Amino acid sequence: MNKSTRKSAARSSSGRVKTIDIVNKGLKRRYGKEKRFRFYGLLSIIASAAFLAFLLTSIVSKGYSAFLQTYIKLDVPLEAGMLDKQNPGRSDFQGIIKEAIKDYYPGVTERQDKRELYSLFSSGAAFQLRDEVLNNPSREGSTISLWVLADDDVDMLMKGHIKREVPESQRRLSDKQLRWIERLEKDNRIEKRFNTTFFSAGDSREPELAGIWGAVKGSFYTMLVTLMLSFPIGIAAAVYLEEFAPKNLATDFIEVNINNLAAVPSIVFGLLGLAVFLNFFGMPRSTPLVGGIVLMLMTLPTIIIASRAALKAVPPSIREAALGVGSSKLQVVASHVLPLALPGMLTGTIIGMAQALGETAPLLMIGMVAFIVDIPGGFTDPSAVMPVQIYLWADSPERAFVERTSAAIMVLLAFLISMNAVAVVLRKRFERRW
Amino acid sequence: MSPLLLLLSLLVLSVAGFLIGQRKALNLAGSVGGTSRLHSLPVYYGALTALWCCLPAFFMFLIWLGFEQSIITALMVADLPDEVRALPPARLNVLINDIRSLASGNIVSGEITPLMRNAAAQYISLKGIGQMITSVIVLVAAVAGVLLVHRRIKPELRARNQVENVVMGLLVVCSTIAIFTTIGIVLSILYEAVRFFQQIPVTDFLFGLEWSPQMAIREDQVGSSGAFGAVPVFAGTILISAIAMFVAAPIGLMSAIFLSEYADRRLRAVAKPLLEILAGIPTVVYGFFAALVVAPMIRNSGAQLGIDVSSESALAAGLVMGVMIIPFVSSLSDDVINAVPQTLRDGAYSVGATRSETIMHVLIPAALPGIVGGLLLAVSRAIGETMIVVMAAGLSANLTANPLQAVTTVTVQIVTLLVGDQEFDSPKTLAAFALGLVLFFGTLFLNVIALTVVRKYRERYE
Amino acid sequence: MQEVVNKTTVEKRILAPRDSRKTIGTIHVSKPRMVCRNVNVYYGDKQAIRNVSIDIGCNEVLAMIGPSGCGKSTFLRCLNRMNDTIDSCWVTGEILFDDKNIYDPSIDVVPLRAQVGMVFQKPNPFPKSIYENIAWAPKIHGIVESKSDADEIVETSLLKAGLWEEVKDRLDQPGTGLSGGQQQRLCIARAIAVSPEVILMDEPCSALDPIATAKIEDLIEELKTQYTIAIVTHSMQQASRVSQRTAFFHLGDLIEVGMTKDIFTKPSHQLTEDYITGRYG
Repeated sequence: MNKSTRKSAARSSSGRVKTIDIVNKGLKRRYGKEKRFRFYGLLSIIASAAFLAFLLTSIVSKGYSAFLQTYIKLDVPLEAGMLDKQNPGRSDFQGIIKEAIKDYYPGVTERQDKRELYSLFSSGAAFQLRDEVLNNPSREGSTISLWVLADDDVDMLMKGHIKREVPESQRRLSDKQLRWIERLEKDNRIEKRFNTTFFSAGDSREPELAGIWGAVKGSFYTMLVTLMLSFPIGIAAAVYLEEFAPKNLATDFIEVNINNLAAVPSIVFGLLGLAVFLNFFGMPRSTPLVGGIVLMLMTLPTIIIASRAALKAVPPSIREAALGVGSSKLQVVASHVLPLALPGMLTGTIIGMAQALGETAPLLMIGMVAFIVDIPGGFTDPSAVMPVQIYLWADSPERAFVERTSAAIMVLLAFLISMNAVAVVLRKRFERRW
Repeated sequence: MSPLLLLLSLLVLSVAGFLIGQRKALNLAGSVGGTSRLHSLPVYYGALTALWCCLPAFFMFLIWLGFEQSIITALMVADLPDEVRALPPARLNVLINDIRSLASGNIVSGEITPLMRNAAAQYISLKGIGQMITSVIVLVAAVAGVLLVHRRIKPELRARNQVENVVMGLLVVCSTIAIFTTIGIVLSILYEAVRFFQQIPVTDFLFGLEWSPQMAIREDQVGSSGAFGAVPVFAGTILISAIAMFVAAPIGLMSAIFLSEYADRRLRAVAKPLLEILAGIPTVVYGFFAALVVAPMIRNSGAQLGIDVSSESALAAGLVMGVMIIPFVSSLSDDVINAVPQTLRDGAYSVGATRSETIMHVLIPAALPGIVGGLLLAVSRAIGETMIVVMAAGLSANLTANPLQAVTTVTVQIVTLLVGDQEFDSPKTLAAFALGLVLFFGTLFLNVIALTVVRKYRERYE
Repeated sequence: MQEVVNKTTVEKRILAPRDSRKTIGTIHVSKPRMVCRNVNVYYGDKQAIRNVSIDIGCNEVLAMIGPSGCGKSTFLRCLNRMNDTIDSCWVTGEILFDDKNIYDPSIDVVPLRAQVGMVFQKPNPFPKSIYENIAWAPKIHGIVESKSDADEIVETSLLKAGLWEEVKDRLDQPGTGLSGGQQQRLCIARAIAVSPEVILMDEPCSALDPIATAKIEDLIEELKTQYTIAIVTHSMQQASRVSQRTAFFHLGDLIEVGMTKDIFTKPSHQLTEDYITGRYG
């Protein structure tokens, strides 16, 4: 069809049939475009899903092995003279362990070899022995067989992260050490067991002694501070802004402030905490108290915005009905509006808390990156939190920390997912359409 | 008394005050002929008593908490020998910090001298005295509050109105916290930044091309003098954010379009939570992933192609940051696209447009302001994102546009400058606040524009 | 009779199956452009249209009236499958256009809608310039290729819609800046631009003032020489002014069809009479 007929088709009424022909002619091309467009959309979703799957599988595949830890069985002779009579807890357990190792490998005599041999065992073995002796004082004089922690290099070898095939110069364990380990294997004296240390210990420089319990407790205290401050304050602010605030410039200014704070980079809150809470008020560094306050300031906008949405969803008719029977405005809000809006507020709070639980950057600013071995016992004890622990371990060079980092991530994600699940259930359960 | 114990006793006193007030009101009611003769319900008299008991006392407690450290430190310093007090401020600060650490049983940076030990003991005893005085003042205030109200309780006392006024006041205070936070941020950053600019000229900072903040912390240390030209840092931030937006904008937007216009309910029920999970993953996890998986992957594939890729390439950090922002872009665009009225879609379909034509030519132009606003918010988030770049981007400030090289960002520099030992007079530490100032106002600028644009857009279709 | 289910996935469970009421009057015309037979429309479980059969004649104006909620708009939207955008909606029966059932799976909605255009209750110009509002549809359909083609179509469509004189100097300004009545005429021009054969109008004047309404009614009068028009209106005066035939709907049933002058002077059904005399509605 040439151009002039096209033109007439578009113009004259006699050419209408032609118009539809033109439309039909272009259809294939247009549907091609449509299909491609749709495909790009699907592709975007698939890309996100694929990335998520990639991230999760790589973390799980790297991290699951951290839940197991290699132990070595040692026969420890507890001769009577070896223990400190007055204070058994202060005996030279390190020496006893070394004796036990020497007994098992009588052929090792060179100084250098001995050091290599001892390094197969964790320095935590002595503590295990001490606990064992203190718990069972009657064992003195007998030989006890004890499963002690293996060093992280041995652990990595047993988990296949250190390959036996590669040349000696390229692995962290020497050929001699491999032979010693092979002997342990032959005697069934080495095995992987559930890693209780990981769930009960604080941080450590030795991967096999490092655990997340300290960080979990630190996170718990921090979250407690955040929750206790942000929930009442957030709800009070939301109630005021939604129910009582006059529509004026000041209220507008507050609203603009809240919306902007919600988008301020989290690290800026850390700067605020550093300059105001630590340097100006002199509050203690690295503590859940300061961390909780900083995170409170950060999550407050989220909670206020969510709570206001929940309040908005309560229909005005309920307020009018309660006002109509002669209650004061505050009574109406306290006894009628708040209970109805509470599930929505709780959902918003949980989501805000989940955000705070995963937040790292502001806590770096207030010194929560310190290396803290002790498990915190209160709000003013120096402590780490889970995401910071992950950051610290991720920076550690040891191969064994990679799997522990991944495992800590799995624990953190488990917490986050369960918090979000609670929020979803809450929303589903109390969702009401007016 | 420890602060926690003090707070607990305050709580107990308040409960007691409540009961006392209520009892008095009930007794009064008995003598004047029923509670209906009282102005308010007995509960309100109790509540009023409790409020007067705890609020003033709590306020005093907060004041003490805020100034405890500085007062005690000042007292302790006053007791130090003159020759110690004559030390230069920087040395004196180190000493004071050590004494404080010693007092709280933490690790001390240097050797412990008898002087320090004495001072620490002094510090502890001062602290004890301070706490005791506070406890007494707080508890006296609490009891006085109870007695005061108790005396005033009469049938005509407008207890309910007074309680409501106090509660309303509390609500107002709570809602102004946002303002105080903003003011606190601005003042604290500005204060330190101004101190920085007294040492380094603003123009050098904003337009200088060399950034190497490492310099001597103390005068007796050896070190380079440091250069504070922030242009490479800004450039690095922009490069990584650009890469992130290059990933997040198309994928996020297309996901939103697909989910709102094409996907059926089943797919939506799967895809939406999926994006929410992506949004809920902590940034430190993304950072770990970027540093451990994505960066080596990019470097290896670069090596196979014979391209030299830095192990801390901007590309790795940018890509992962982009993925992190996808759900953000997608949910904002989703809101915006759903706000376009159905009649516009109907109009387009009624002239025989296909779905994609409707989306490209009608929906997106109609939603454009909202989408642009959302993207600006996403850019602001990319600029402010910290953990991914701290873990996956470099430290050295290269001025380059090559995504395969390592660059550094504003947030990375803030973290490296402020983590670890700090000296609050050195330009090195203060530079972090200057960067923070730029970061805060840069993102604030983007946020204000974005939020205004989005609000205007919403009003148009409401 | 062939029955086509639009949404095969929807369970064919119908609550409260009430028999449809019989239509009074002639549903047939001598030269039909669209033929509807036994059309049923469901929203999920709810039936909105029951067994409606009616012809729409060439170059006639068919008015559909009835109390609100009677299904007249739903029925109108079936005629170019605009109901496809509503997930829960499905249609049975047949609607013939060029002897083909438009709900047949082989029918493509894009060319269908190019031939059966629609004007909505609320004017909905695109957020584009006046020019682009009209030229867009011909462009995507490939009807125009050059700028001059487009110019011509824009001019003729605006002329036909009676808007040319008012907007010819500001074609590059946004269509949303026009007044309500102008916007509605712009939407009519937009519909004409792809040279449809049928134009569906869903209460096109309900959002307009009386003067704008009068202009639209004049326009309909002119358009009917070239196009077949089906108009839903809640105004009986409007129906009597612009249409040749009128169909009266009630609770999903087509109660009565007839020449407009007959319906309004001597309605056969009691419901019709009650409605047009204003006893309810």
